[in-house]
Amino acid sequence: MGVELVQERWKGKLYTLTIGREPNQVTVGGDSTLPFLDLDGGTYSRPVSALTVLDQRPENWPDTLAGAWGDVLDDPVKWAQRCVELGADAVVLRLISAHPERGDRSPAECAATAKAVAEAIDRPLIVLGCSVDEKDAAVLPVVAEALNGYNCLIGQATSENYKTVVAGCLAHGHSVIATSPLDINLAKQLNILMTDMNLPPERIAMDPSIGPLGYGIEYAYSIIERKRTGALLGDRMLAVPVICLVGEEAWKVKEAQTTDGPEWGADEPRGVLWEAVTAASLAQAGASIFVFQHPEALRQFSLQIDALMGK
Amino acid sequence: MALNGLAIYKLLPKTNCKDCGQATCLAFAMQMAAGKASLDACPHASEEAMETLGAASEPAIALVEIGTGDKTVKLGNETVLFRHDKRFVHPTAIGILVSDRLDDATEEARIQAINGLFFDRLGETYGVDLVAVRNDSGDAGRFVEVVRKVAELSTLTPALLSEDPTALRGALEAVGERKPLVYGANPENYEALTALAKEFGVPLGVRADGLDELAGLVEKITKLGHKQLVLDSGARAVKQVLADQTLIRRLAIMKRFRPFGFPTICFADNNDGVQRLLDSVVYTAKYAGVLIVNSVDPAEVLPLITWRLNVYTDPQKPIAIEAKVYEVGTPGRDAPVFLTTNFSLTYYCVMGDIESARTAAYILPVDTDGTSVLTAWAAGKLTPEKIKNFLETSGISDRVDHRRLIIPGGLAVMTAKLNEITDWEILVGPRESCVIGSFLRDNW
Repeated sequence: MGVELVQERWKGKLYTLTIGREPNQVTVGGDSTLPFLDLDGGTYSRPVSALTVLDQRPENWPDTLAGAWGDVLDDPVKWAQRCVELGADAVVLRLISAHPERGDRSPAECAATAKAVAEAIDRPLIVLGCSVDEKDAAVLPVVAEALNGYNCLIGQATSENYKTVVAGCLAHGHSVIATSPLDINLAKQLNILMTDMNLPPERIAMDPSIGPLGYGIEYAYSIIERKRTGALLGDRMLAVPVICLVGEEAWKVKEAQTTDGPEWGADEPRGVLWEAVTAASLAQAGASIFVFQHPEALRQFSLQIDALMGK
Repeated sequence: MALNGLAIYKLLPKTNCKDCGQATCLAFAMQMAAGKASLDACPHASEEAMETLGAASEPAIALVEIGTGDKTVKLGNETVLFRHDKRFVHPTAIGILVSDRLDDATEEARIQAINGLFFDRLGETYGVDLVAVRNDSGDAGRFVEVVRKVAELSTLTPALLSEDPTALRGALEAVGERKPLVYGANPENYEALTALAKEFGVPLGVRADGLDELAGLVEKITKLGHKQLVLDSGARAVKQVLADQTLIRRLAIMKRFRPFGFPTICFADNNDGVQRLLDSVVYTAKYAGVLIVNSVDPAEVLPLITWRLNVYTDPQKPIAIEAKVYEVGTPGRDAPVFLTTNFSLTYYCVMGDIESARTAAYILPVDTDGTSVLTAWAAGKLTPEKIKNFLETSGISDRVDHRRLIIPGGLAVMTAKLNEITDWEILVGPRESCVIGSFLRDNW
């Protein structure tokens, strides 16, 4: 007995975002169907997996995470090169030292670090500030200028500081991460505001502020899924690729950090699994860029993506 | 064919007798149209109604029950493709594989390990549902022996994985009253297995090679009169499973295709532990009714159970926790007191970050109908008066000697007012809970 194919006729598609310099560019988006599904025709792009570098030695990282990096944690340039060796499609530089409570480093110092990292790797660079709106507004435009020509992805632009961040990125040829607090309408609104400044939608990635596994991931999952289906149904302001900071979220939770939960099994794999599961679930929802902290989580995620892409 | 609520209503008695459990016949008709109620629930339905409504009166995906008493697991009755449309109804039943080829000591240790796969979370306990004994030995006697051992050592419901009618009959004679899942029927053995499943009144897994063969096999089995089925398209690679699961769900819900109107079963038996877990994550998100996993490692099962819990929460409803005094660690009379909202995500972020800071503290989540700090403040659900009232009624004053309250950074504008109307000194905390650790070092 033959089974009928039930196909969805999607009419929209995601914008295509390209970052980095030739010949090492990376492209995401352009998807015209649901992730990893050939059923409806259309195409889906392979998610991009990035590894995180902090610009100063991380505080409070559990040994199961810090141990994976060994002696590079004090040197962002060596750390970034290690990320490339470990198979990252892109490197994320987190300028945590700009944080008023973590060093309060100046925009010029941050820009110098970012430039040194960009020069040392043959992969696209994604730069994140310190998540303090005012400080990022001061730092990111200076970083954007120093990275002129590198075609980076820079964030996080929020409803509070997007004007200065977008202006800096527009002037120096970068794309922008638009961060909104787990709300599809606020996310859409921010995209509208940014494109009103003549930033092309092809130069935006949305960061929905995910919660990790066990701590609100279901909200992120459904928001990302709604964005994906909304974009496929033709809503252009939802049609930019989604970036998820899975590593820094997953490693915050006690299940990933703790060393005294015998009923939870051994510590060694648990944090990695927490991070990999957070990523694997949001890949099903339709996110495009995944930012990891542990190289084994990135490796395992990429292996599953190979299988899902049919390779 | 799917009928709308009004068309169904016309065929009902229109007496509003409430015998079906709904307030009115119209409400019942709407439930039926949504695939959430069956005409069976109406004791007064006319023959015409039964004939006309036929398939339309049945839920799009049948309700299937495995197990008995408080170990009953319900599957099916799902109504949507995406959880943002409506809540997924019955969480995936997780079964842990036990091969009947292990030696007795290993077998016992594995069953005990499965019994331990339970975790506390949000004040509730969550765990696995089934012990799935697989007849790898090919020996019917050995299979029955292991099934007996499972029944003896575990209160979890067994799933009986064999294609041999003799082995299954033996196992059902031993544990049939526990209403195990039998898996499964295939094109060669389905007549014998359907007869067995009917005789013992147990649900039957159906395995075919591809969706076409599966639809044909299900039709044959339902014609034999068994309708407690769980479907397997035979796919094992994650990409094909995702495709098959999606098409089965679409056909059942969008087309009311009867052969696929049953819950499904997936197997995460990748040899690589981590890939097995990641595949399980896909199957749980993508509609598996039963998921058989080949692992007893808590480090692997805890993330999976957590993910299942997350997927099956109601997306329409912010999860609220009870507004009362919570302790992190063992706080003394000088411990810091944090104010936040009773949106569970907000609360657990604050709690997690206080734990990470290795500090004992009290948390006071104000009842904001389960909304976050800024949302609650914007909606007028988090006012200085409400905070004052909560400070007075929560009993926190009796548990600490000081009167210093840490409020979220996003509520800094309330500081003056709170200092004025309460007898607490207000400390403005960070906007993001992740820096609570450094905040405490500098301010407490």
